Amino acid sequence: MDDSGLGAAGVQLLTARGERVEHPDFAISLTDDELRGLLRDMTLVRRLDAEATALQRQGELGLWASCLGQEAAQVGSAHAMAASDYAFPTYREHGVSWVRGVPPLDMLAMLRGVTNGGWDPNRYRCAPSVIVIGNQALHAVGYAMGIQLDGSQDAAIGYFGDGATAQGDVNEAFVFAAVFNAPVVFLCQNNQWAISQPTGRQTRTPLFERAAGFGFPGIRVDGNDVLAVMAVTRHALARARAGEGPTLIEAFTYRMAAHTTSDDPTRYREAVELEAWRQRDPIERLRVHLANEGIVDDSFLEGLQQESETLGELVRAGVRSMPDPEPGAMFDHVYAEWHPEIEAQRDEVDAYLASFVEEGVR
Amino acid sequence: MAGIDGHEPVTMTMAQALNHGLRRALERDAKTVLFGEDIGRLGGVFRVTDGLQKDFGEHRVIDAPLAESGIVGAAVGLAMRGYRPVLEMQFDGFVYPAFDQIVSQVAKLRRRTEGAISLPITIRIPYGGGIGAVEHHSESPEAYFAHTPGLRVLTPSDPQAAFDTIQQAIASDDPVIYLEPKRRYWDKGSVDASADPLDPAMAPYPWRARTLRVGSDVTIVCYGPMVRTCLEAARASGEVSIEVIDLQSLSPVDYDAIVASVERTARLVVVHEASRNAGLGAEIATRISERCFTMLEAPVTRVTGYDVPYPPNRLEEFFLPDLDRVLDGVDRVMSY
Repeated sequence: MDDSGLGAAGVQLLTARGERVEHPDFAISLTDDELRGLLRDMTLVRRLDAEATALQRQGELGLWASCLGQEAAQVGSAHAMAASDYAFPTYREHGVSWVRGVPPLDMLAMLRGVTNGGWDPNRYRCAPSVIVIGNQALHAVGYAMGIQLDGSQDAAIGYFGDGATAQGDVNEAFVFAAVFNAPVVFLCQNNQWAISQPTGRQTRTPLFERAAGFGFPGIRVDGNDVLAVMAVTRHALARARAGEGPTLIEAFTYRMAAHTTSDDPTRYREAVELEAWRQRDPIERLRVHLANEGIVDDSFLEGLQQESETLGELVRAGVRSMPDPEPGAMFDHVYAEWHPEIEAQRDEVDAYLASFVEEGVR
Repeated sequence: MAGIDGHEPVTMTMAQALNHGLRRALERDAKTVLFGEDIGRLGGVFRVTDGLQKDFGEHRVIDAPLAESGIVGAAVGLAMRGYRPVLEMQFDGFVYPAFDQIVSQVAKLRRRTEGAISLPITIRIPYGGGIGAVEHHSESPEAYFAHTPGLRVLTPSDPQAAFDTIQQAIASDDPVIYLEPKRRYWDKGSVDASADPLDPAMAPYPWRARTLRVGSDVTIVCYGPMVRTCLEAARASGEVSIEVIDLQSLSPVDYDAIVASVERTARLVVVHEASRNAGLGAEIATRISERCFTMLEAPVTRVTGYDVPYPPNRLEEFFLPDLDRVLDGVDRVMSY
């Protein structure tokens, strides 16, 4: 039954072969539409990821951090959230921002180099992706403390990876969340690699077990099982809303691609490992399950394929035609209030550029 | 402290003036929360938050775990939820664990989100030496923060300025590093609380320098703990007429005020406790040389701490600029 390499502690509701199994503590019952929606989201996120990788190879994006293989952990956890909850992602959580409704071109704008962000966080209740490892775990906790002060039923999810668990900020986030009993879920995607370093370089204990030392529950879930991730995240969010405090979820998954497009994983990991994880693919197992159950048919899958093609076209055309900002845009929004230095330097840039126009150079 | 809410000025220490300013901020806006180590029942190690938790509750004046990055990082989330956090770093030398959150997140998140998110966070830091403290308790880290785009840096020099500017800092929608000159916490001064510091018609704009003494021969630019020292030097200077400018805002710096003064005096001495290399004085000297080069009678001179780790307290009197060293700087620009 457990064919995920998780060990006994990993919650699983869908085996790698697409068999639906039950777990004594975690159940999930989704409508056919919801199940098809999960397959659709994971499929489209994978396509977005592939298109972005290709666009980087073509020089259209400066960098891309692929989420290949982690679609279930991201899509499943994000689908567990309510609209009024708030997600705090890293730079790899494209599946999270997708489910939160962030338009795909907004996700790509930072990598295109036209902005340092890309979307209005409050519109999607999804913070800008944080690049400094672990910083956002504290933001999620602080946000959750605000929820608590408001007396609201909302919750926050802080995303991070196995590498980030070595950071002080993540450990401080655990402390603050625990002592304030904050309504926050820590969703750690253990994708086995922090660039070139295996999880064993970050920890001597299973990551989910760390939570006990901080005073709240930790759960390991098969991160390639979208149903299990969704069930476990729903459970953790329900705990948060009920005033029962934080939960650490370790979604046990695998980074199928390089760390980023600048990385070369053949220098540090074996192809055989990759192949083993390919057998546990999150999308294929759901597709098999839904096909066996008669929930998806060929016509649905063909429609999804067509939707993927359309998304690919939109992304390719949209990225290539993304306009560069005006030089003066770098001075926008540095401060909320008047700042004489910024205004003087904005004028300096304008005057400098205008001097070329006067000389006929531009 | 009877009388603070009346119309008569009241004499109080800077620590008390800050306490009253914080109280006003808590009364003004229910979203203002104080967050820091030992600020609740203890009232802070300098008692600046004395009594505030008792009066406003544990949900408004929140004792934090002992983790500075955690305090600042959590404040980012609180601000994103609509709160206006006022943080206390216990001492200057303990802000560095939070440096990453301040520089990478607090300073940049507004720009990153193209104005969608404001971070109205005030980070109070007792700073500077002169109190005979052990290592890490006497530092002047202002240049790190003044160098960081996205932050504002304020430092009061007397109780009235403290009462006014702490409220202005908290009301600002920008993050403010608020440096409190700890050796001046116990200095007393008159505080007029009848004027609302958030009303531009009633209080000085916090980002403007203040000319505290008018003179004609030399301009001294100083801030925070050195203001009292420089005013004492100006009074003791005898024949030389010294103008004293309290910058108050270290980012942005009110260069127009300095230029206007140097256009009259033609001589400038910059005084700060912080180490000299790449300090505020270096930037001010450059700006003044750019804008006042032909009218200067002498090179801009700096009187500062030295480029060494803050010395053990038996030596701090030799490290810190005092009245005699300030006057020595004045002599150098006068005799050039």
